[in-house]
Amino acid sequence: MSILEIIGGLLIVIGSIFLFLGALGIYRMPDVFNRLQAGTKASTLGAMATILGVGLLAPGWIFKVLIIILFIAYSNPISSHALARAMHKRKGYMYFKDEDIDAYSEIEEKDNSEK
Amino acid sequence: MKSDYLKKLSFGTKLSRFFMNWIFLIMVWIGFTNTFDMQEIIVGVLLTALISFLGIRLFTCCDLSLLHPVRLYNIAKFIIVFLIALIKSNFDVARRVLSPSLPINPGIVKFKTKLKTNFSKMVLANSITLTPGTLTIDVVDDTFYVHWIDTLTTNPEESYKEIAEQFEEILLKIF
Repeated sequence: MSILEIIGGLLIVIGSIFLFLGALGIYRMPDVFNRLQAGTKASTLGAMATILGVGLLAPGWIFKVLIIILFIAYSNPISSHALARAMHKRKGYMYFKDEDIDAYSEIEEKDNSEK
Repeated sequence: MKSDYLKKLSFGTKLSRFFMNWIFLIMVWIGFTNTFDMQEIIVGVLLTALISFLGIRLFTCCDLSLLHPVRLYNIAKFIIVFLIALIKSNFDVARRVLSPSLPINPGIVKFKTKLKTNFSKMVLANSITLTPGTLTIDVVDDTFYVHWIDTLTTNPEESYKEIAEQFEEILLKIF
């Protein structure tokens, strides 16, 4: 086993652990926004580490792998933004601990008054 | 509105934007074909020239001035800061998910940004989503609405300092 293979294998294991933590976060968090928080961050780093590990195991693919990582880092946050925005527009359940802190509701009040 | 914006651009701006897209697409082509074979590169150069010519009104983010050494240095710095923030945010998520009491105090805060172009705002929004405990919900003009998993303050200026300052300082030097 070469050193590259060892690092690649380690990266795949670390990535899988983060992906598992993301899944656990989606199960444990109380509402959509907190679930997205856990899901987006963990799945981004998990997928990036796993794919980079694959790239180190097969060094011929390293350029492709870097481009795929770039696209993941670029598109994952956008999808989470779209989901969170749609959920807020539909007035989904939001969990608050002590008081309601919701600065975004001012935009919706403006939209409703324009209709 | 967009076509007005395009009409304002001079020929030189369009040309330098075309070359920037061309260089970027050639790099992507070489990455995907994964070879320096002469035939592949010739086809790639011609195809990417065609695509960047047709896409001159779609790819409006950057022109050749992005290749200035100071900007390249700042881009490298941004990537390093971003990767550190991404790893930190994952340990943050792990800590919150694994602790039995689920220590969260969520809320949506807003703050204003100094960035002008749409592309730089998008980069900032994406970086905020991937930093510890924050998720961009919407960007309206220059106001960011951010869901914060552990709301420390509702004051716009203080939350700006907490969330966005480290990225915006570098982004202002790039775009």
